[in-house]
Amino acid sequence: MIENLHLLIDVCLLAFLILIVFATMKITNLFVATMLFGIFSFVTALLFLDLDAVDVAFTEAAVGAGFSTVLMLSALKLTGAVENAKHRHSALGLFIVVLTGAALIYGTADFPIMGDANAPVHLHVAPEFIQLTQEKIDIPNVVTAVLASFRGYDTFGETVVIFSAGVAVLLLLGMGHVEPKQEPEQNMVLWVVVKPFIALILIFGLYVQFHGDFGAGGGFQAGVVFASGFILYSLVFGEAYARKVIPARVLPRFSALGVLIYGITGLVSLLSNKPFLDYNALSSNPISGQHMGILLVEAGVGLAVFSTVLLIFYSFSGVNHNE
Amino acid sequence: MLQEVDVLIYTLGGWQAPLGIELRIDALSVLLLLILSGSASLVSIYALKSVEKEIAEGKQVLFYSAFLLVMAGLIGISITGDAFNVFVFLEISSLSTYAIISMGKDRRALHASYQYLIMGTIGATFILIGIAFLYVMTGTLNMNDLAQRIPAVADTSAIRAAFAFITIGVGIKAAMLPLHQWLPNAYAYSPSVVSTFLAATATKVAVYVMIRFELTIFGIEFSLLEMPFDKILMILGTLGILGGSIYAIYQSNVKRMLAYSSIAQIGYMLLAIGLASHPGFTAALLHMFNHALIKGSLFMALGIVFFRYASTELSVMSGIGKTMPLTMAAFTIGGLSLIGVPGTAGFVSKWYLVTALLDASLWPIALLILVASVLTLIYVGRVIEVAYFRPAPEGTTQKKVPATMIVTLWIFALSNIYFGLNIDISLGISSLAVDQIIGVRP
Repeated sequence: MIENLHLLIDVCLLAFLILIVFATMKITNLFVATMLFGIFSFVTALLFLDLDAVDVAFTEAAVGAGFSTVLMLSALKLTGAVENAKHRHSALGLFIVVLTGAALIYGTADFPIMGDANAPVHLHVAPEFIQLTQEKIDIPNVVTAVLASFRGYDTFGETVVIFSAGVAVLLLLGMGHVEPKQEPEQNMVLWVVVKPFIALILIFGLYVQFHGDFGAGGGFQAGVVFASGFILYSLVFGEAYARKVIPARVLPRFSALGVLIYGITGLVSLLSNKPFLDYNALSSNPISGQHMGILLVEAGVGLAVFSTVLLIFYSFSGVNHNE
Repeated sequence: MLQEVDVLIYTLGGWQAPLGIELRIDALSVLLLLILSGSASLVSIYALKSVEKEIAEGKQVLFYSAFLLVMAGLIGISITGDAFNVFVFLEISSLSTYAIISMGKDRRALHASYQYLIMGTIGATFILIGIAFLYVMTGTLNMNDLAQRIPAVADTSAIRAAFAFITIGVGIKAAMLPLHQWLPNAYAYSPSVVSTFLAATATKVAVYVMIRFELTIFGIEFSLLEMPFDKILMILGTLGILGGSIYAIYQSNVKRMLAYSSIAQIGYMLLAIGLASHPGFTAALLHMFNHALIKGSLFMALGIVFFRYASTELSVMSGIGKTMPLTMAAFTIGGLSLIGVPGTAGFVSKWYLVTALLDASLWPIALLILVASVLTLIYVGRVIEVAYFRPAPEGTTQKKVPATMIVTLWIFALSNIYFGLNIDISLGISSLAVDQIIGVRP
C-alpha cells in the first residue's frame, strides 16, 4: 500500500513536471515563465524528497527554486518581462531534442528496477561507505561523510567551481553600484512581516551549516540560505542598506577565503606527511580529526557559497540601466 | 630513462579508491602535463604586455585569476583517476573559459562566448548523464574500477547510451565535426592570450578525455569495434580535415583561418584514433603534442600583430614582413610546421599518420591527407604572400614590439624545429602511453 502510494506521488509529480515544461514553452510573459521555472525546481525537490535524497532535495529547493528564480527576476528587471521575438520553430532543434529523449529512454531500459536491493550501486561501494562512516568518521549523516571526507576532493573542486562562477560574473558585470537615494516603496505590511523573518532565516542558515553532520544540509545549502536572508533584506529595504552591512568589495575576498580554508585544511594533512585532505592528521584521535576536518571544510564551503551567491546578486542588481 | 616510468598513484584523503578519489598519472597524463605547463608558462610571460593592452585595467587581476582557474581545471582533468572528478574539473575550466573568451576587445566576443557557453553546457551535461549511467550499472566512479566492471554489463542499452552521451559531450568540447560551430568565433574574438592558450591546450584535453573514456574505461574492443566507432571516427575525422581546411582558405581574418585549421587538426587526431591500431594511437598523441607547438606559435605571432595593428584581418597585414620581420619569421616557421615541411614538428606527426594509414592499407585516406597538406599550403601561403610580397602602406616604419612577447614567441617557434629534428621525447612518451593504454608491458 505504502509502496503504491509512493509510486502514485512520483507519477503525479512527474506529470506536473511535464505540464510545467509545456506551459513554460507556450507562455510569452517571461515573468510567468520564471515563476514556472521556480515551481519546476520545487517539484523536482519534492521528487528527490520522495526518493529519500534529502540533502539533494534541500539543495534543489534552495538553489533551484530560491536563488536562481531571484537571479532570473533580477535579469528581467534589466531586460523587460515580455518576449518580443517570435517563436522560431527549428526542425533541427526538435529533432535533436527528440533524439536525446529517445536515447535517455533507450539507456534506462536496462536499468535495475528502482529500489532493487541487488542493484550494483548498493553492492559495491555503498555498503563500505555506510560501515566506514560508522567506524571511522562517526557521524550520522553518511551523505556528509561521503561528500566531505571520502570524496572531499570533488567537493573542493565544486567549491572552486562556485568561486569560478563568482569570478566570471565579476568579469562580465563588475560589482555595480547603487544610488543611495534608491528607496524602495514604503510598504508597512511587508516591512513588519519580513523583519522577524530575516532573523529566522539567518539562524536557520547557521543551523543548517553546523547541523549538517547530523541532519540534512551542509555548507552549500547553508551558504545559499544565509545569503537569501541578505537578499530578502535588499529587496524589501533597499540594496544601499544591505551594502552598508556587507560592502560589495569584501565579498570576492570572502569567497576566495572560503576556498582557501578548504585548501589549507588539506595542506595541514600534507604537512604531517599524510595525503591531501586526510583529516586523520588534524588531531591525535582519528575520529575527532575527521570531525574537525569536516567542520572546517564545510565552513569553507559555506563561506564561499554565501559570498559568491550574494556577490552575484549584487552584480545583477547593481547593473546600470543606462549602460 | 623513459622506460623507467610507471604509473604514479596518489590517494586523496587517505581513502583507497574506489572509496576515495585517486590521482593517476601515467605516460599519457605526462604528455598532457607537458603540453599544458609548457604552454601556460610561455603564455604567462607573453601575457604581461598583451593583457595590459587588451584588458581593461580594473579587470586584469580577475582575468589572471580566471586564466589560472582554466589551467587548474585542465591540469586536473589530465591527472585524475576518477570519472566524476573529470566532470568537476571540466566545470572549473569551462566556466572560466567562457568568462575569459568574453573579455575580447570585439563586441562579438560576448556572443561567441555565449554560443560556446550554450554548446559547452550541453556537452558537459551529456558527459554527466553518461557518467551517471555508468554509475548506475557498475556502482563505481573510479576509472580503473569502471574498466574492470564494464565488460560484465557491456551488452546493455545503458552502457551503449552512456557511451553515446559521453562521446557526443566530449565531441562538442573537442570541436569534432559537426559539433564545432562554437570554435571559430570563440578563437577569433577572444583576447590574444586566450586564443593562444586555448588553441594550444583546450581541445587537446578534450581529445585526451575521449581517449581516456573510450580506450581505458570502455575498452578498445567495446568502443572502437563493437560500437563501430572506428568507422565513425574516421569519417568524421576525414570530413573535419577537408572541411576545416577548405573553410580556412575562405577566411579574411587570419585568426578565424587558424581556428578552422584547428578543426582540421583535431580531425587528424580523431582519424588516427579511428585506426584502432598502435601506430594510429601513437600518431594521434604525437599530433596532439606537435599541434600545441604549431598553434601556440601561430596564435602568439597573431597576438603581436594585434598588439600593433589592433586587428588580425588579412588586409592590414600587407608588407608586414618588412615592418615586423621577427614576428613574421616566427609565423612562417609555425606555418611551415602546420603544412608539414620536413624538419618541423608538423612533419613528424603527418609522417607517422600516413605510415599508420598505409599500415592499415588505407591509401585513399593517405592521399586525402596529402591533398589536405596542399590546402594547408594554400591558406598559409596566402598570409605569407600578403606579408612578404605586398608593399606596406606608405609611411609605415618598423614597429617596436615588447621583448617578452617576441622571446616567448621564438621559444615556441624554435620548439617546432627542435621537436621536428629530435623526436625522442615526443615519440618516446607517446608510444609509451599507447603501450600503457593497450596494456602492452614494455
